[in-house]
Amino acid sequence: MPWLTRGLREGIVTTRYPHRPDGYGASFAGHVVCEPGALGAEAEAAAAACPTGAIEVGRTGARLDQGRCVLCGRCCQVAPRWFRLRPGFETAALSREALVVPESAADRRAIAQAREELRQRVRALRRSVHLRHVDAGSDGSEEWEIAALTGPIYDVQRLGIFFTASPRHADVLLVTGVGTAAMRGPLRLTYEAMPAPKAVVAVGTDAISGGLAGGTYASGTGVASVVPVDVLVPGSPPSPFSVLHGILLAVGLVGERQREQLPGKSRSEEVAG
Amino acid sequence: MRLNGTLNWHSPEGLVRSVAAKVGQGARFCALFASPEAAGTRLLALLSHSGTLVPEATMVPEGAGGFPTLTAATPAAAWYERRVKDLFGLEPRGHPRPDPLVLPRRPGSAPPRPGWGQPVSALPPDDPGAAPPAACPGQATGPLELDLSPLPAHVQGEGVFTLPYGPVRSGVVESVEYLIETPGERVPHVRARTFYKHRGMQARFPGLSLADGALLAERYEGVASVAHAIAYCSALESIAGCQPPPAAGLVRVLHAELERVANHLSSLLAHTEAAAQAVAAARVATHKERLQRLRAELCGNRFGRGVVVPGGVSGPPLAGAKSLLGPLTRLQAGIRADLELLMATPSFVDRLRRTGVIAPSLARERAALGPVGRASGQAGDLRSDHPYAAYASLRPPASPTRTAGDALARQQVRQEEMESAFDLARQALEGLEELGPTPVGGWRAGLGAVTGEALGWAEAPQGELFYLVDAVQGRVRQAQARSASFHNLALFATAFPDDIFTDFAFIEASFGVSIAGVAG
Ligand code: SF4
Repeated sequence: MPWLTRGLREGIVTTRYPHRPDGYGASFAGHVVCEPGALGAEAEAAAAACPTGAIEVGRTGARLDQGRCVLCGRCCQVAPRWFRLRPGFETAALSREALVVPESAADRRAIAQAREELRQRVRALRRSVHLRHVDAGSDGSEEWEIAALTGPIYDVQRLGIFFTASPRHADVLLVTGVGTAAMRGPLRLTYEAMPAPKAVVAVGTDAISGGLAGGTYASGTGVASVVPVDVLVPGSPPSPFSVLHGILLAVGLVGERQREQLPGKSRSEEVAG
Repeated sequence: MRLNGTLNWHSPEGLVRSVAAKVGQGARFCALFASPEAAGTRLLALLSHSGTLVPEATMVPEGAGGFPTLTAATPAAAWYERRVKDLFGLEPRGHPRPDPLVLPRRPGSAPPRPGWGQPVSALPPDDPGAAPPAACPGQATGPLELDLSPLPAHVQGEGVFTLPYGPVRSGVVESVEYLIETPGERVPHVRARTFYKHRGMQARFPGLSLADGALLAERYEGVASVAHAIAYCSALESIAGCQPPPAAGLVRVLHAELERVANHLSSLLAHTEAAAQAVAAARVATHKERLQRLRAELCGNRFGRGVVVPGGVSGPPLAGAKSLLGPLTRLQAGIRADLELLMATPSFVDRLRRTGVIAPSLARERAALGPVGRASGQAGDLRSDHPYAAYASLRPPASPTRTAGDALARQQVRQEEMESAFDLARQALEGLEELGPTPVGGWRAGLGAVTGEALGWAEAPQGELFYLVDAVQGRVRQAQARSASFHNLALFATAFPDDIFTDFAFIEASFGVSIAGVAG
């Protein structure tokens, strides 16, 4: 009996996201953004300071790849004029291109296509969603953030989201980690065991690009070469709210955030060149 | 501890004799590090002898193919030598069971020798046209060849079968495979295969700037980011011969102790879930989430990343004693009240009592660390034995020991450690308040372009953590970590003699290891 009363003592601690905004989530430094037209010595210095090579300075301005960013904040210190930490947790995206900011016109088309393709596929899932998680070489922190979702504060069960042990009952695969040599096989098998329609969410910068730990003889550069990734949740690690945003995005329950855009005509090739 | 000129050099046979002799005189075997050099592979055995850390070294020449095993005389070396075999291709001659542990290379294939140059990969290339990186002597020049077929069973007999559990397991957990060899309900043997998560971290450090090395260290074992960054940075500070300013020491303590509480809550959460104590699990999950949010209030990151930098810390905490003492005290009271009730709930306590027993004699022989060691009578805590950060200036941490050696004792140890961690965090906050917003010495000391090799350490939530760092002109030449998770998981197989299969989840929870820290 004492446990029952203790459970009641706290009252409601659960967030109301996504039906209402969440104060805590909104104050979280969610991702780093780059102003359009970031050029000059400062922008170059920021690119040189980035530990993961996430910033590339092109002819019309720098672009920042949030899929490689580990949120160390160095660029924001070196070039506060161009780079800043933007609060908010709705950081997940529907394509690799969408994580490179500012967004270019060519990327916009690719993103729209990815969004439509996923929308068609996951239409059947909306009522209740079963998740399976696979660790493909994480540093261990992403697992904490995903597991937090089942606790009372996030309580994803209220949204019809459940974790399942069997891939055969899973609709959405959450993958963490760089994609190590030895996990490629088990990850692929888990994905194949899931019935269609299914969606894959890459959780964390490591799973998207390999992050800091990627690129050795045994660690990969993300999991997209093993399983087809639909939703990418950047962060090192991403907060539970960001992971939740990624899951809701995968099943079409929320949209992406508005992105900073490059002027209409520019193309990603030009910028990269 | 700066190492240049302090190493005791031996022949490979001499190292075996010297280590065995010192262990015979009561020294504790801490670690065996392997570093690739031009002349061969340097093996460095670290011992703790009468309160001093003693490094003993040998150079295994290129082409020697192996070295005499330390394990026969010093069982605690068993996993280290398997790692050396996997990564450096050196056979520990006379090792009782040198099975693959962190990298299952095809027998006879060339090793990666991580830490010197970038070895070739076991993965499909990102850019198939790119030239393979230059190999160092003895390093694989073709793609690494892995053998991922199941291991032969070690228990033989009628009705004995091997149950593979993993690498993809139920729940949101790290990937690892346990091979449970069992004739039925009793569990005679459990073997851990940890290579699934091997990321080759030792190959990732060379060439990094000192600051980037700290960011990588934070991701070695991500739930103990602060401890890893402290251990890595203190190695660099030893090389430079500099002390971080007092305020930085206090910030390090503050973050490290909150990290300890978070990890101990994580272990407790796993226990309550395994025992199907739904309300208790919900309460513990809420405490843990509140703590992670407090940690983020201090630095913007829920894992304390980016705080510890070479020479000190990145800056003052974003929140001070005024806003944090209240929530911390409330959190501590909430955890304490729930633990009191939980430890008086027979259906919980009975699952832990006499589960996963590690006798003190075995814990001593295998030099068990952290809460696992302390629950089996092994005192030892780097915070008081070899103080770092600001620990010397604070009330010493309580490092309680128990002798029951079961999951219950490990939980009791963690419970007391949490109380003491809250106390230390509070002292650090008060100390920072006294020093004010512009403390004497600032927040970080300049290291300059350091050159040399040193050992750094920290008492992580999992136990004793070491970093061996070699820097040249302000860049990392080589660096490697030895996490307590690696050392302690070697004991996991011994914790099952009398336990039925259903105790597995409790024993795993009570070890509290992070597989990322084991696999490296
Ligand atoms: S915050 Fe991100 S983009 Fe900026 S320097 Fe750090 S890793 Fe690079």
